[in-house]
Amino acid sequence: MNHTFVILTVLAYLLSMGLYVQFLYTGKELTGRLATLLMFLGLGTHYLALLMSARASHTVPYHDLQGAMSLFGWLLAVTYLCVEIYHRQRTVGAFVMPVILIFFFIANLMPTRPHATAPVHGVVFALHVTLSILAYAAFALSCVLSLIYLGEERLLRIRRLGDVVWRLPPLELLERMSHTSVMVGLVTILVGTSLGFIAVDRNIAEHYSYFDPKYIFTLFVLLLYIVYFRLARTAAWRGARASKLCVFNFVLVVVNFWVVNLFFSQHHRYF
Amino acid sequence: MEIVLVGLNFRTAPVEVREKVSFSTEQAQRAAEELRAQGILEETLVLSTCNRSEIYGVHPTAKRASAAALVNFLSNFHSIQPELLSPSLYHHYDHDAVRHLFRVSAGLESMLLGEAEILGQVREAYLRAHAAHATGPVLNRLFQAALEIGKRVRAETELGTRPMGVASAGMKLAERIFGKLNDRTALVLGAGTISEQVVSQLRDRNIGRLYLSNRSREKAEDFAKQYKGEVLDWGNWDSTLKLPDVIVSAVGVQEALLTKPLIERSMAARGNRALFLMDLGMPRNIDPTVSELYNCYLYTMEDLSEIVQQNRSARENEVPKAEVLVEEHVAKFISWQASVELIGVLDTLRGSLKERRAAFLHEKLAGMNHFSNEDREHIGALMDELLEKLLIAPAERLRAEKELRKKIQNVEAIRELYLSDREKP
Repeated sequence: MNHTFVILTVLAYLLSMGLYVQFLYTGKELTGRLATLLMFLGLGTHYLALLMSARASHTVPYHDLQGAMSLFGWLLAVTYLCVEIYHRQRTVGAFVMPVILIFFFIANLMPTRPHATAPVHGVVFALHVTLSILAYAAFALSCVLSLIYLGEERLLRIRRLGDVVWRLPPLELLERMSHTSVMVGLVTILVGTSLGFIAVDRNIAEHYSYFDPKYIFTLFVLLLYIVYFRLARTAAWRGARASKLCVFNFVLVVVNFWVVNLFFSQHHRYF
Repeated sequence: MEIVLVGLNFRTAPVEVREKVSFSTEQAQRAAEELRAQGILEETLVLSTCNRSEIYGVHPTAKRASAAALVNFLSNFHSIQPELLSPSLYHHYDHDAVRHLFRVSAGLESMLLGEAEILGQVREAYLRAHAAHATGPVLNRLFQAALEIGKRVRAETELGTRPMGVASAGMKLAERIFGKLNDRTALVLGAGTISEQVVSQLRDRNIGRLYLSNRSREKAEDFAKQYKGEVLDWGNWDSTLKLPDVIVSAVGVQEALLTKPLIERSMAARGNRALFLMDLGMPRNIDPTVSELYNCYLYTMEDLSEIVQQNRSARENEVPKAEVLVEEHVAKFISWQASVELIGVLDTLRGSLKERRAAFLHEKLAGMNHFSNEDREHIGALMDELLEKLLIAPAERLRAEKELRKKIQNVEAIRELYLSDREKP
């Protein structure tokens, strides 16, 4: 059953990506709407695939790397759709869909390992993990948006205006979309971290010690994005510099995420 | 039924002739009335823009004599000698006239390939003619189809998406940076023709605030009055340049008017918010090194001309796609026309057969006095029923025919076989 949902998700996402790319080149409203509709369908089947996987392992779907990556892809799609609807701008879909697909593919092509039982359960813990992954998805989206900004800005400067540039969102809209995304990330990482502390507090006797290097890393990520948020509104940084900073922040997030989770953290292996 | 088109455009007539043959709104209405009153056309529509003057009509008979009458009419209406006018005119009939109108509406016959204005002009001409009852079922259908194809070509091809003028290309570029311009501020330096084009484009895009500045304040004030702008003092750059998001300069100067230090100061004063500059002056009005400044986007006349050229090539690549759509709609219209003609032919045939039946009965029953009037009526009714039955099957088959060419051939065959010249609709 799970395989059926995985195949349906891949099909929906692939078709949606194709339509988003076509929309970017042709600008046909109907194509864009179909792309969004297929993405919604993909989200539905992706959710069911996650649900099936969780039921099969009797634990949350993100307890292993496979599940965490799949959930990341799903939350990235959710965040993107919210931003698309809020800003009424679909051309970005062609750039975000490949990222979602890559995460979904890797998550499902990885060899399945036997599931270890989760040390911690409960709603608070589940919310902590979900919100943390949502924050990283939002930061990933802001990175994609900033890269589009930098690309479009460069093309405008060197006056190379092909078919696509006329359809991309205006630079200032891309900036606003990126800010929205970072704002979502900041709020969710704050709430998610707070819930994490509550979960630790409840399980302290059984599994956790209070200190984990991951806390420092999370604080670091928070600071990075608060600095971005602040600088992006200043005279010296607004525009391309802020976008570069946003991309730089995300690269740091990915590197640190990797290093901290794999080598230092005891309790945060995959999120 | 025959659709007739006589007209001239920028390809066939020099501007001097086009000026003489152009129609104002009132003239177009008067011409349409006169054409119908004189019996030259049954339905009429005059389409007159700066690049074309065309008369579309439906002729009461199937003859092409109306073209000559239309040339005479045009020559008399505009008091221009027919020999001067004739070489510039083109005549199209039926399918060719339909195709021509659809191409016009799609922007394929425009001087500026794919321009959007022509669709609005076709719509206005049609609405005016319709309101004046100058159009009938044929032209109504024809122009509704023309408006539909115009919209479809613009929605489904790239023909109309890219700007083709320097001013509109500049505005589109500004929109690439700011999005909609309705909450932005623009400053236009100069009050010449180019500045006017830019201001008109800015007003079309509902620019939030428009400032104008010119060496001659009087000229700037006239300009400002016309376009609802505000005049700023010429030369007071430090206070002037911090206001706008878009600066357009089109003045005659020997040295750069807006230098790098000047723009640098203005950028600092405006908190480095993005600034879009269009230099449309020759020699250049803005120091080219301004483009090196952070968040400054400078485009010169040369840059914009190059973009327009790229866009022209891109639009030309879209022509085959647009032509396919046009042909699709032409076929649809011809199909409709053929069905209408089929109904006309069948009605005429029925009428003709009834006339012959009446004459036949009258002749044959003349000597048969034993039939009462009631019997005669009964025989007549039976023969009518027989005629209807004989007509129904072929009529159904003709209506159901899917292939347009065959449908038209069948209609022609009925005309040739059963109807005399007098009876042909």
